[in-house]
Amino acid sequence: MDAIVIDTLEPLVAELRAGGYAVVGPVVRERVIRFEEITSADRLARGWTDVQEPGRYRLAEGDGEMVFSFAASPDSAKAYTQPPRQTLFRMRGEQIEEAEEDAPRVALLGLRACDLAAIAVQDRVFLGGRHPDPAYLRRRQALLLIAVNCAVPGGTCFCVSMHTGPRATTGFDLALTELAAPHRFVVETGSARGEPIAAALPHRPASAEDLAASAEVSRDAAEHMGRHVETEGIQERLSAHDSPRWAQVGARCLTCANCTMVCPTCFCSTVEDATSFTDGTAERIERWDSCFTLDFSEVNGTPVRGSNPGRYRQWLTHKFSTWIDQFGMSGCVGCGRCITWCPVGIDVTEELANLP
Amino acid sequence: MTGGPHPMTPAPYRVRSRRPDRADTVTLTLEPVRGDCPPFRPGQFTMLYAPGVGEIAVSISGRARSGGYTQTIRAVGAVSAALCGKRPGDVVGLRGPYGQGWGLRAAAGLDVVVAAGGLGLAPLRPVVRALLRDRPGYGRVSVIAGSRAPGLLLFRRDLACWARQGADVRVIVDHPDHTWRGPVGLVTGLIDRVVFEPRRTYAFVCGPEAMMRKTAAELVRRGVAPGRVELSLERNMKCAVARCGHCQFGPLFVCEDGPVLPYDRVAPMLAVAEL
Repeated sequence: MDAIVIDTLEPLVAELRAGGYAVVGPVVRERVIRFEEITSADRLARGWTDVQEPGRYRLAEGDGEMVFSFAASPDSAKAYTQPPRQTLFRMRGEQIEEAEEDAPRVALLGLRACDLAAIAVQDRVFLGGRHPDPAYLRRRQALLLIAVNCAVPGGTCFCVSMHTGPRATTGFDLALTELAAPHRFVVETGSARGEPIAAALPHRPASAEDLAASAEVSRDAAEHMGRHVETEGIQERLSAHDSPRWAQVGARCLTCANCTMVCPTCFCSTVEDATSFTDGTAERIERWDSCFTLDFSEVNGTPVRGSNPGRYRQWLTHKFSTWIDQFGMSGCVGCGRCITWCPVGIDVTEELANLP
Repeated sequence: MTGGPHPMTPAPYRVRSRRPDRADTVTLTLEPVRGDCPPFRPGQFTMLYAPGVGEIAVSISGRARSGGYTQTIRAVGAVSAALCGKRPGDVVGLRGPYGQGWGLRAAAGLDVVVAAGGLGLAPLRPVVRALLRDRPGYGRVSVIAGSRAPGLLLFRRDLACWARQGADVRVIVDHPDHTWRGPVGLVTGLIDRVVFEPRRTYAFVCGPEAMMRKTAAELVRRGVAPGRVELSLERNMKCAVARCGHCQFGPLFVCEDGPVLPYDRVAPMLAVAEL
């Protein structure tokens, strides 16, 4: 289906809800853009923008008309593709039953190109190996992905360096570009599932001017990236395991794991066990974990990576280098979340630039 | 694309027998509650789940006559202690077998040195048995095993049996007691005592990482090709299917790319602290 133009988002939200989707989109909560379920487009963070710098996030008033004038939220699609906690199985006596948790139909409205790239990375991790995860696949198939092309990159963004944005070119069901004067959205369809949804909206065909304006939004965004990473030779640079830089960044790093929690691709997990008091059923739960915790690498009571520099080096090296060896693609999509949400403002782009 | 069982779901296995090996170590024989035990290659491991307590990676130390796996477990933490406490008839969860096994085929026709430190003898036991089942298929077979103290030595009966079957079996301890008449020191101290033709030798090494590094370095110094020395690495494993991230070692997932890995591939990484 060719691109169309819609004037408001309310019919889209209504159409998605009528189609059985819970619509999850960007809203203002506790002075941060967060993703949560909405029942009306009125709830979206219209008129707000954000200021993002290393270790700093501030909400600010933007253009009153514009709905998507902000950069990455600390939330990403990861909470929906890989839930923070999920029950794996229950065992009672000699019976073991898979939990087979529900895969709710969710329409994620407002994903950015970097978020789509992150989903593609997670697909590779959970479906591309020798042991594909059927629960991940169920969740993934229940997700409808509605992208919004970035107009206002944040101060910590570097998707252009990672070749993941700012324009959504693949991996979406629908992609919107918000245009001003007059306020409207160009809607592109990226999948068979997106077609009937777009067709059901009150719309007109996109004109050549609409399409040119939409392309201009992405061109302009690409020129306003907050940060840059030189990816040429990055694996060689990250093979400098003995660089003094690791001790320097390790001295600043609190190993708080914030970066891994906001990262849309970090997939590490651990397991917890619980036993019911009433009938003795044992339950196994998988939850997000982080390579910054001490017990992450523990073998026979001793962590392999006991020092802060060792753990920071593991994270950065995995994300930008060994991930490529393992999965044939970088683990970083350039969303900048780890920089913004680091409490001491460690900037991965700066760390990478300072390696030999 | 995929409708099979979740890779993290174990199958129920019943403890058929339990044999204490040392004060802190037992060997369990495990049989599936339903169906057959999948085949395994020497050097592979399973994920053993103690209901309500947790799950750990345990190497397979052999196949019982009944068809079940024998798995040798040392009680070092909550999960291993719970597994060591299991009795015949108890049910545990088991996933696997997983991982790359020993390169038996690559060792065909060559002298073979099998070097074990402590509990490292467990994953080597099936490979020694495979070598001795096909005695003409290999050159000299030497088994060198180190133990902290004489009382901690594993599989004494197997060691005696392997000697009768034509292996040169030697044991060393580094904390002898008054009963000990054998050599004293580290496993590397036995390399000079066994006979092998370095340029036609394959080696399987398992034990604490420091022991493996020293043993591999010494074998290579003696002229064994680094690609013909295999080590079985130990890292934290939660999933065994390359999805939890815990066992990463540089670019490797030790659970899937290992645990058995050639020395030439891992030597540069073993030299990096905290990798």
